Amino acid sequence: MMREVELLIIGSGPAGLCAAISAASSGAKVLILERSFKPGGQLIKQTHMFFGSERQYASHRGVDIAGILLKKVAEYGGQIEIMLNATAVGFYEDNVITVLKDEKEYFKIKAQSIICATGAYEKSLAFPNNDLPGIYGAGAVQTLMNVYGIRPGNRVLMVGAGNIGVIVSYQLMQAGIQVVAVLDAAPRIGAYLVHASKLARMGVPILTSHTVKEAIGTDCLEAAVVCELDEKFQPIPGTEKRYDVDVMCISVGLSPLNELLAMRGVEMKYVGQLSGYVPLRTETCETSIPGIFVAGDASGIEEASSAMAEGYLAGLCAAAKLGHVPADFAQRKEEYLKQLEDLRSGPVGDRIRAGMKISQL
Amino acid sequence: MDENTIICRCSDITLKDIRDLIAQGYVTYDEIKRITRIGMGPCQGKTCGQLVLREIANATGQNIADLKFHNIRPPVVGVKLHLIAEEAVKNEE
Repeated sequence: MMREVELLIIGSGPAGLCAAISAASSGAKVLILERSFKPGGQLIKQTHMFFGSERQYASHRGVDIAGILLKKVAEYGGQIEIMLNATAVGFYEDNVITVLKDEKEYFKIKAQSIICATGAYEKSLAFPNNDLPGIYGAGAVQTLMNVYGIRPGNRVLMVGAGNIGVIVSYQLMQAGIQVVAVLDAAPRIGAYLVHASKLARMGVPILTSHTVKEAIGTDCLEAAVVCELDEKFQPIPGTEKRYDVDVMCISVGLSPLNELLAMRGVEMKYVGQLSGYVPLRTETCETSIPGIFVAGDASGIEEASSAMAEGYLAGLCAAAKLGHVPADFAQRKEEYLKQLEDLRSGPVGDRIRAGMKISQL
Repeated sequence: MDENTIICRCSDITLKDIRDLIAQGYVTYDEIKRITRIGMGPCQGKTCGQLVLREIANATGQNIADLKFHNIRPPVVGVKLHLIAEEAVKNEE
């Protein structure tokens, strides 16, 4: 017997949880698939306070936001079910999703409507010996530390001075692990100044216009050679510096994780501003296939705050399509669209707005 | 040093392998996939995808946005064959 559900949400990160709350509040019955043993997505390892607007819980720590959202989910009782350790592995034409649960059960679920809130994955970097043990994604190190309580090593070189690189560096220092330097190929620090300043005050050098030339080691990472880049991002000979480190974190950006949508056949496009392949979608987060929605980083890399706003919007509109139209539908829709517009305003949002334009249906 | 730079961790394919293939005229992700198995391992192209596309774009003077990635097929992670077989039998009953 194939299980049938009204609304299936894939992913229980900020986008998925908000979509579930939003859809349930309209009256929809929701099943969330979460591949991890814990709901909350990447929020559960964010020990720093968030910026943004109050609506998206600014000045709360990410891990606490997960708690707030899960409490709301619990208020809907039987209307929202979260299935843990459950990975959606296939997505077929008749809206059947195949699920691998606990790595020992494999079954199908058929859904009337689906919201894909699968998040993102870390980009990799090509340099000699980049496969030595000790070289990690920065997000992976954050998971090791903040979710599993595992010390990744003793001396760390962070590659990438965006928010993730700088925040994870700070959290490594808080955990008593030495960060010898943070470097970035760009001539300017990408992270928010507040985060970068905290690191600088701890004496960690942030080297802009720098890249990794090579990793050194036999069985595991022993050192890294970095060099300076000119304005055309070409290495400047003679500027090499060697750092003896046992951990290197790569934090050179995220890509949208949406392979399920691609295999289902929704129209996809490579949009550089959104950091990779994204599904084309309407203003209300619906893809080119009716009843299939997307929310959060899966539709383009932004921040948790916009993932939450998109989740609320997608949940509202997916539920409405299923016949659950609340009396305040129009106001709520306008409210979420306004929140997204605010979050994407200003010069920081230029890139996102340009990307959204390209991926708009 | 290109022979020590790993592009595909799943199948141990180096930057040198990729550049040599492009030089031989294999200038789409799919063609390189057929020969090397990139994109067919546990990560299903999430590590190598953008790195390979960038190499192709640089070598052929194309924009990465105009290149074609491979067709994505289920399953997205490894599933033991006996689990799939058991589910199929259940459906027949």
